Amino acid sequence: MPEHTFRLNGEQVTVEAADDERLLWVLRDILGITGPKYGCGINVCKACTSHLNGKAANPCAIPVRDLRPSDEITTIEGLPATVGADLHPMQEAWLDQDVAQCGYCQPGQIMTAVALVRRVKEENRPITEADLDGIRNICRCGTYPRVREAIRAGAENM
Amino acid sequence: MTGTDPSARRHTGPAPLGRRRFLGYVLATPTLTAAAELVPAPGARADIPSPEITELIDLNDVMTAAALPTSGLITVEVNKDGTVSFALPRAEVGQGITTSTAMLIAEELGVPLERVRVTLADARPELLFNQLTGGSNTTFSTYTPIRVAAAIARSRLLQAAAAEWRAPVGELTLEAGVVTGPGDRRAGIGTLSEKAASVRTEQVAVDLKPRERFTVIGKPHGRVDALAAVTGRKKFTLDLDVPDAMPTMVCRPPTINGKVGSVSNLPAIRSMPGVTDVVVISTGVAVRAATFGQCIDAVRALKVSWRAGSAEGKSDDSVLEELRAAELPLGPPPPTPSVEGRFTFRFRSNSALEPNCAIADVRPDRAEIWSSLKAPIVAREAIAAKLGLPLRSVTVHVTEGGGSFGRKLFFDAALEAVEVSRKIGKPVRLMWHRADDSRQGRTHPMAISRARIAYLGDTVLSYTQRHTSVSTDLSHGLGEIFTALAARLPVGDIGFSELFFQLSQSMPYDFGSNSRLLSETDKGFNTGSMRNVYSPDVTCARELLVDRLAARMNKDPYRFRHDFLRDDRSRAVLDKVAEVGNWGRSMPAGTAQGIAFHSEYHAASAVLVELDCRPETVNRPVRDGVTGPRVTKAVIAVDVGLAVNPRGLEAQMTGCLMDGIALTLTSSLHLRDGHFLEASWDNYFYTRQWNTPPELKVVIMPAGTGEPGGAGELGVAASTAAVACAYGRATGVMPTDFPINHHTLSFTPKPTTPPVPASPTDGLDHVH
Repeated sequence: MPEHTFRLNGEQVTVEAADDERLLWVLRDILGITGPKYGCGINVCKACTSHLNGKAANPCAIPVRDLRPSDEITTIEGLPATVGADLHPMQEAWLDQDVAQCGYCQPGQIMTAVALVRRVKEENRPITEADLDGIRNICRCGTYPRVREAIRAGAENM
Repeated sequence: MTGTDPSARRHTGPAPLGRRRFLGYVLATPTLTAAAELVPAPGARADIPSPEITELIDLNDVMTAAALPTSGLITVEVNKDGTVSFALPRAEVGQGITTSTAMLIAEELGVPLERVRVTLADARPELLFNQLTGGSNTTFSTYTPIRVAAAIARSRLLQAAAAEWRAPVGELTLEAGVVTGPGDRRAGIGTLSEKAASVRTEQVAVDLKPRERFTVIGKPHGRVDALAAVTGRKKFTLDLDVPDAMPTMVCRPPTINGKVGSVSNLPAIRSMPGVTDVVVISTGVAVRAATFGQCIDAVRALKVSWRAGSAEGKSDDSVLEELRAAELPLGPPPPTPSVEGRFTFRFRSNSALEPNCAIADVRPDRAEIWSSLKAPIVAREAIAAKLGLPLRSVTVHVTEGGGSFGRKLFFDAALEAVEVSRKIGKPVRLMWHRADDSRQGRTHPMAISRARIAYLGDTVLSYTQRHTSVSTDLSHGLGEIFTALAARLPVGDIGFSELFFQLSQSMPYDFGSNSRLLSETDKGFNTGSMRNVYSPDVTCARELLVDRLAARMNKDPYRFRHDFLRDDRSRAVLDKVAEVGNWGRSMPAGTAQGIAFHSEYHAASAVLVELDCRPETVNRPVRDGVTGPRVTKAVIAVDVGLAVNPRGLEAQMTGCLMDGIALTLTSSLHLRDGHFLEASWDNYFYTRQWNTPPELKVVIMPAGTGEPGGAGELGVAASTAAVACAYGRATGVMPTDFPINHHTLSFTPKPTTPPVPASPTDGLDHVH
């Protein structure tokens, strides 16, 4: 079985896996990182959303061979460390708004939110309704209005 | 809404000795364990003739009254570290009952909420019917028993401290987990737990805290599992670390409930990378491998010849014909004026985001199962029967669920996991692919609802509704309840689903004589009680006709409802949404307000929405999605009697609205040639961010009755209907076929063979 090396939540990791094993299963089934969830396996529901070098990426659609040793994968478990705190401001906002219901989609929602805010900040502009409308993450509990509120609030502290 | 003395039936649990005095137990345990029976007091009075069965007894009453013979106790344990433990015999699937339960205990025991640990109880057959999560019944049925157990714990802790300090109990207080006595003596409840314990089990009486002294119940509180959820630490079934429970998936048939004929390449599949086992089971061909990625590859590579399923050759049109043929007559046209309509509601999926899944470890002499189950006793009994094991040899752990919407009343994945584990002799972690979940999973059955309202002048004479539906599978335990109780109900000899229908439907308006009947046909589909079951469809049909009748009488839709609602509590929620939503304000052409009402679960709800049906909104470009009309504003008002956690209730009502928007506008399954076309969240259009109302207000009415009604599903029906009514008013055409975009297929269907799509490889191209 080939070896693959990349950075995961701040640490260099090496795993044995088939070249085309999708990163989601490398994380969940081989490394035991269960924050990213399976919701569709075809990059539609976005429940597995994590960060690749700080941007939103979906591990269910990334063969592990595509990762370079310098690529940094951040899952929800590693998000707080990116700001050197117990919780990322977006997670704090999620708690303040009590966004989650069942919680299954929420790690993916938060990772999407953080990447979105980073992007609009890079573009030096505020978050718009269109940005929020463009979020594709499914929440079958229907927490969408609180997701929107939390993103706006979390952005203030990012 | 109530035609009987509420106190005669609303007490669910330990028998009241007085208005607030109840009996419970202290158990013989080393540390303090207080208990109460999860048993309702005398059931509904069924002796008053009334046209409205739900006034005498509704589904909630049945579910609570059904548990009368149970001897099961629920227990509140005070631990030596000062925490309090409680194993809730219900499933938490996002509805917030672990939080509201912790609040009940914190309130009555006098302990900080953070120190209450609520877990989900394993399947406990001794609870009989009392471990079923459904019908928005949890808080309704556990409100008193949980508080009684907590109050007994409090009382014992105070007595233990009083004995130790040789002080009168009356001079002691218990707050924030600390008992304080004369001379400022203090002791944490953890240090008192052993002294407060009993050497023998005894029955004790206790007073419950009066409502006016509540400091926790009725105050908004964040979820107790919120931190776990936002950090990814919350564990769902597939996240559990069960040794050797390797990923397992099933290659499924191309048509609904098809069966395996033969498999032509088993040896080749068995030699695929990571694959440990391949075995034919009753629902397909199961594959166990080191990763789910390898399972998906193996499922796609299997060459299976399939036998016919249970809906072979059927399509939307053929099922519609079946429904029309099964429709009960509405009766001859009345001699007076009337309004009438026939409404079609398409198949809908109750898939949660967490797919069907279960872990099973079956050995020759025992079995252990982990799954999110709303009817775990039924599951345990069914699994024991399937395996031929005694009930005591089967353990069923109820895990935290990633949504349910009725889906987790069933245990399809658990039964499969058990079958695979037994056949291969190894533990399995079984997961349905999203395509499986959508195509072979449970659905809300397709239905038609025909209704007629007869009137004369300003008086409504009668309301008649004939609801005809593909059969709803109620085999998860409600059937047992009904069997047990049917003889006691004033409805004669009718079937389970008709009984469920009659118990869940009511007529809130003063519409003279009324008659609602259910007729079912075709048991060939995998159906179930999707959130709010029959009510979204039945209510949507009724409210659309109410709008039509109001127009016929030249009355405003809100004023008409206001004038015809039968009680003040109903009128109050309607008035509230009209006021907060600024009913009747001037709106641009192509946009409109809609208003609707629904009552159920001893609770009332009203919804007002504003809907934008203008082309520039309907045709907004969204990749691989349905845009359609947009609800731009929504106001929901609910009266649930007493909201234990208003914040949780608000979340539930928001979710109900999202469901209602989807049911009316976008979400349906298309049946073609014996299978559903939908295989993805980008095929089945549940509400997405681009459909979400930018403006939303949920109003929770002041605690009226003082006793919690049901809430988890309450808002779906009125939301569905309000959006439909707004659509009718915005477009000038009353919609009759739901969801309104059903006739536009907005995606390219995925192949049915192989049954699951390939995993994409272009993830790096979509990093953003």
